[in-house]
Amino acid sequence: MMELVCPAGTPAALRAAVDAGANTIYCGFADETNARNFPGLNFSREELAEGVAYAHRRGSKVLVAINTFPRAGSEQLWHRAVADAKTAGADAVILADLGLLAHAADRHPELRRHLSVQAAAANPDAINFYASSFGVRRVVLPRVLTVAEITAINREIDVETEVFVFGGLCVMAEGRCSLSSYITGKSPNMNGVCSPPSHVQYVETRGELAARLGGYTIHRNAKDAPAPYPTLCKGCFHSEDKTGYVFEDPSSLDAKDLIPALAKAGVTALKIEGRQRSRSYVAQVVRSFRGAVEAVAAGRPVPPGTLASLTEGQAATTGAYRKTWR
Amino acid sequence: MSDIHPSIPTVPALMAGPLRVVPLAPLAQALTLLARRLVRHHPGLINRLGPYVACRFAIAPTDLPVTLLLEPHPTAMRITLHRDPPRADARIAGPLAALLGLVHGTWDGDALFFSRDLVIDGDTAAALALRNAIDDCEIDLGAEIAGLSGPFRHLLTPIIDLAERRTGVPLRRAEMWP
Repeated sequence: MMELVCPAGTPAALRAAVDAGANTIYCGFADETNARNFPGLNFSREELAEGVAYAHRRGSKVLVAINTFPRAGSEQLWHRAVADAKTAGADAVILADLGLLAHAADRHPELRRHLSVQAAAANPDAINFYASSFGVRRVVLPRVLTVAEITAINREIDVETEVFVFGGLCVMAEGRCSLSSYITGKSPNMNGVCSPPSHVQYVETRGELAARLGGYTIHRNAKDAPAPYPTLCKGCFHSEDKTGYVFEDPSSLDAKDLIPALAKAGVTALKIEGRQRSRSYVAQVVRSFRGAVEAVAAGRPVPPGTLASLTEGQAATTGAYRKTWR
Repeated sequence: MSDIHPSIPTVPALMAGPLRVVPLAPLAQALTLLARRLVRHHPGLINRLGPYVACRFAIAPTDLPVTLLLEPHPTAMRITLHRDPPRADARIAGPLAALLGLVHGTWDGDALFFSRDLVIDGDTAAALALRNAIDDCEIDLGAEIAGLSGPFRHLLTPIIDLAERRTGVPLRRAEMWP
């Protein structure tokens, strides 16, 4: 059966994921070492140790995302995070930075290392380099690949692959995207926040909702239209004589129906995005995908059912897995 | 936990009406007592707010003629009720049932926001911190209220459960139900 890797932004969400059938939970510390450094989220060292113990007692694993890029002169913060993840009993760390990977391989060789999507390793040469240089055992593939491309990659590598199947959809070269820092000065790569809420403002006037980022209006939505989160890549812009979503629509990934194809492509693990979401989201999505993974393993069709109400834009897409262009 | 939230119940105007005339101070005092009990049982609520603990949060049930003003504090948490919108750093507005569903983990906050059932304005980061802090606490208001009722606790619990089933308003923690 394919491994289901599920998000937890809080200890309550971790327990919800375990109880709903997650094989593995990923989470991060409450600081800039992880790419979901949002207010009110994440784990203290004690909470992580308790979460790992809870998961292990029920047969689940815990991965710790330390997937931002260390600032020169402050590397100790990231080094300490790796050491503390190991002390807490984490089953692996998810890293992106070359220097941090080298540090972890050198100082904590027995701690399993996964390559974060933030490293944007999207071809066999890059993945094999990370595997041979730093002993990376699994790579989280960027959300820009088709199923055929994933199949081709898996033929030429010896490490496991993990792919996103549900949640927020980033189609940029992750770890290299500067859109958020261009407009707010903060990025997921360095600060752990894409379009940080401290720079987000919603203004409702006569039912119309304007969503602003860094003082710029990114969306205007009519009364009762779904409200998106204002990220530049999903903004509505004027370009030449047209108005529309220039980069990508404000919709979320749902690749549940593609699980059989992803299994055939040699994928080991399926990842659900959403560490910034509630325990209710985690429980619903994990339960739905657990049912799908079990069905596929038993040779049955993927059970029907939609999670569209949980998604941004109240709409879902199969993203790049089935690539179509305007 | 509910798979989707097709229709969020609203408080009938006839039931909300008395709040236009009754004195609000005693009700605010009861809510403050309840909030302080919650903080004692869930200290993580304050810890997770971090720098936003100094913020004033307006919680506005759109189907009631009052707004709650929440002022977090480790030992002196305070809730006041206002008929006119109070000054606040962040405001979260929506039907009472949606707000209670958020507290109880019945519905996902982002999904309620995407569908426009919830509206956030003011300091978005503060509102998110509050939402995340509350979600982690796995609060059960029904159990807390029953706990405050002393010897009547065992009588009150089934009444709260019945009220939840009849009205569709989340009054207990979502995980309490199969």
